[in-house]
Amino acid sequence: MKFGILLSEGPYTHQAADSAWQFCQAAIAKGHEIHRVFFYHDGVYNATRLTEPPQDDRHIVNRWSALNAEHKVDLVVCVAAALRRGIKDEVLAPGFRISGLGQLVDSGIKADRMVTFGD
Amino acid sequence: MKKFMFVNRKAPYGTIYALESLEVVLIAATFDQDVSLVFVDDGVYELTKGQDTKGIGIKNHSKTYRALDGYDVEKLYVERESMEARGLGEDDLIVDVEVLSSTEMAALMAEQDVVLSF
Repeated sequence: MKFGILLSEGPYTHQAADSAWQFCQAAIAKGHEIHRVFFYHDGVYNATRLTEPPQDDRHIVNRWSALNAEHKVDLVVCVAAALRRGIKDEVLAPGFRISGLGQLVDSGIKADRMVTFGD
Repeated sequence: MKKFMFVNRKAPYGTIYALESLEVVLIAATFDQDVSLVFVDDGVYELTKGQDTKGIGIKNHSKTYRALDGYDVEKLYVERESMEARGLGEDDLIVDVEVLSSTEMAALMAEQDVVLSF
């Protein structure tokens, strides 16, 4: 099955960011495809390379980058939500790209299932 | 064509969810899909008349709901239980909506291809 993912909460403050990544890992392990992860609302904070968690904690941003590097998962950050929050191309971690909300609708059209992680 | 439903559950101000939901709806309308909007829980406050945000210094985006017609977004549904629990009636809303019971709403949701919740 082909999944589209919408993540609408920031990392570390909300379980949604962890759950979305774990869902992607589990789905891929089961042979499913992640069509795209779309980052919206505070979810755009998942994309900043300026993130530096304490060493004994998980690195949520790097985990997303690895998902892109290893499985070619498309990581799209909403431009409007990103600009509001100071997320620009120059602070994007590897594997992320900034694009429009149309990419979320497109994912809804192309995926078999759309799964939302957020409040 | 797919059936997209946008579920609005939050008060219009205090968080950004209502505004950013509206932004997705306007984009989705340009994709020529079957778009519907649902207002449940505090989301019904998004449609109330007489919104005035001057005191909190935030843009009043409520007029956009009236402009949805122009984007061919005409299916707006409000959950009766949520509306009544907040002492609101259809006359308190700025747009024409279809009022559905939660049971009817559940049936409508089950028909959708994509449900995005804000």
